[in-house]
Amino acid sequence: MMAKPLEQMQHNPPISGVWPDATGHFGTYGGRFVSETLMPALEELEIAWRHYLSDARFIERLDQDLATFVGRPSPIYWAENLTRAAGGAKILFKREDLNHTGAHKINNTVGQALLAQAMGKRRVIAETGAGQHGVASATVAARLGMECIVYMGSDDIERQSPNVYRMKLMGAEVVSVDTGSRTLKDALNEAMRDWVTHVDNTFYILGTAAGPHPYPAMVRDFNAVVGREARRQMLEHYGALPDALVACVGGGSNALGLFHPFIEDDSVDMIGVEAAGRGLSGDEHSATLCAGRVGVLHGSRTYLLDDDAGQIRDTYSVSAGLDYPGVGPEHAWLKDSGRARYVGVDDRKAMEAFHMVSRTEGIIPALETAHGLAYGIELAATMSPDQTVLINLSGRGDKDINTVAKLEGISL
Amino acid sequence: MTGGMTNRIDQRFQALKEANRAALVPYITAGHPHPDATVALLHAAVSAGADVVELGMPFSDVMADGPVIQRACERALEHGVGLQEVLTLVAQFRQHDATTPVVLMGYTNPIERYGATRFAEDAAQAGVDGLLIVDCPADEARDLQGELANAGLHQIFLVAPTTNDARLARASELAGGFVYYVSLTGVTGAATLNTDALAPMVERIRGRIDLPVAVGFGIREPEQAARVAELADAVVIGSALVSKLHDIDTVDEACATASAYLSKVRAAMDEARAGVDLAASG
Repeated sequence: MMAKPLEQMQHNPPISGVWPDATGHFGTYGGRFVSETLMPALEELEIAWRHYLSDARFIERLDQDLATFVGRPSPIYWAENLTRAAGGAKILFKREDLNHTGAHKINNTVGQALLAQAMGKRRVIAETGAGQHGVASATVAARLGMECIVYMGSDDIERQSPNVYRMKLMGAEVVSVDTGSRTLKDALNEAMRDWVTHVDNTFYILGTAAGPHPYPAMVRDFNAVVGREARRQMLEHYGALPDALVACVGGGSNALGLFHPFIEDDSVDMIGVEAAGRGLSGDEHSATLCAGRVGVLHGSRTYLLDDDAGQIRDTYSVSAGLDYPGVGPEHAWLKDSGRARYVGVDDRKAMEAFHMVSRTEGIIPALETAHGLAYGIELAATMSPDQTVLINLSGRGDKDINTVAKLEGISL
Repeated sequence: MTGGMTNRIDQRFQALKEANRAALVPYITAGHPHPDATVALLHAAVSAGADVVELGMPFSDVMADGPVIQRACERALEHGVGLQEVLTLVAQFRQHDATTPVVLMGYTNPIERYGATRFAEDAAQAGVDGLLIVDCPADEARDLQGELANAGLHQIFLVAPTTNDARLARASELAGGFVYYVSLTGVTGAATLNTDALAPMVERIRGRIDLPVAVGFGIREPEQAARVAELADAVVIGSALVSKLHDIDTVDEACATASAYLSKVRAAMDEARAGVDLAASG
């Protein structure tokens, strides 16, 4: 009998909410736009996911791993210096950077890897942009004794070399993807191809709340531990829900993980922050919800960035983890319904926030996270001191120090 | 179904059945290796014995295709070939070939950006007969199928070795023209075909969908095409043909290469069917 984990039991099983509907749609978004070859695998995965989410032993094992391997719950931290500097609402961080492997990504990979194990799959594959999801996948695969192959765009391999080495240290094979724009979207294409070819023995650990059903809902459910904890911690320690939630959005898993348990709390504003790169007026950004339109990419109907001929555009952001032309379908639905809103933060503002938070709070955030921080600080300044803004500190910036140093002309 | 309108695909398969021939269905990517070669390649394929031609609509993210088709799409996109250009190429082909069925193969997003209704109308106008949207399984296809049916176009669906009977039933409600059996799990051009495993699956599909069965993925050698021709109604040759065209610089050379290869495949298929005929009568 496993020890009862610290705080999670009373809140599990993870809530999956009303959405998506039985066919995997969030309103008109989502669905399963994949080759027939993959459809039976997705159906098998959906059945397993639904089964194990209501299986007490599986949930106990998941909670145990989240507590003792990941280090949950992560604390909520009051960023006092930053609050003072902004001069408005109290700024709080949900410290996902303190998780094992340094980001929220591990919540989802622990869940999916346990699911893979329960389904009897011995080989796992993953795509990665910034490398955090690849590292998180390699980590859980090493622990569970599974073969792990990580697909990564060759441009991303270049800008995230420490993470590539971490994956290799844990026994994963990192496959360089040289097609298309050589970034996250191409890594995802390649991982899908691997899955189509090895569907019998392989589990695809998708790293964000995008892709064909059931991935958007499943990834959200595994990562919603962030929002469930935050909700409880806010009530316990601050006696009230936060007035606003802020999180960066690439594919959207960290934002959904935080937002989802608050969706029915109407008093809580939810703001997703996309990468505006070199500015929303040009083409060099990754702000899908702010500047994109509805289409079909990577298995689901959602907002995306494409040209007039419907070809997917190359995107740009200083942060590899946000450099993606699509977004999870639930975000598309939250945007249209008005329940969440989405803004863009450009490279320059993100870099400013990166430095400001490093200096004032002694926390080096990931460049992805810095986008959320930039907007969160700005928002707090417009609010009153009795209000709170909770920012998802989704990852730590150790992986980014080479990128930042290079941008600033410093050789390490 | 197309509401009584006669579609070139139906006519062609009816004629082939009467002649005891299996259809040869070559695939090329529109605009590959160069947009100037596409129409000439289609005519060359027909002269070499193609019964139906499949034309790939280039897309930036061909998730279900392998490296050969991806490379072909990238090349075509560099030459600016999108849906509009594909339809122009089909219309040019139709000026000199009024009977060979043309099937377009591609992905959902460019069609939605073009506008599904307008695309169906323009495609029919250009002389297209069927559409295979790789990332649009029957589950997501109902709306599009209505648009296509209105324009007299067949929607062609993929069936995989892993497709169960419930999914076959779903596809049979919407499918027209023929069924494209993906004979391997994997992406296009991935491996070679095991023809022994093919017969039971073709029978299973025929028992549930009343349409000709085409087999594709993994067919490279004339001998394999011949084996498939004994079992199925059509043989699709895709990546094997496209890879032969990639490094060719002139239209004439591209056509000669395609023609030589497809003629061999055609001859092997016809010989195999003649053999089946003899065995049946002997």
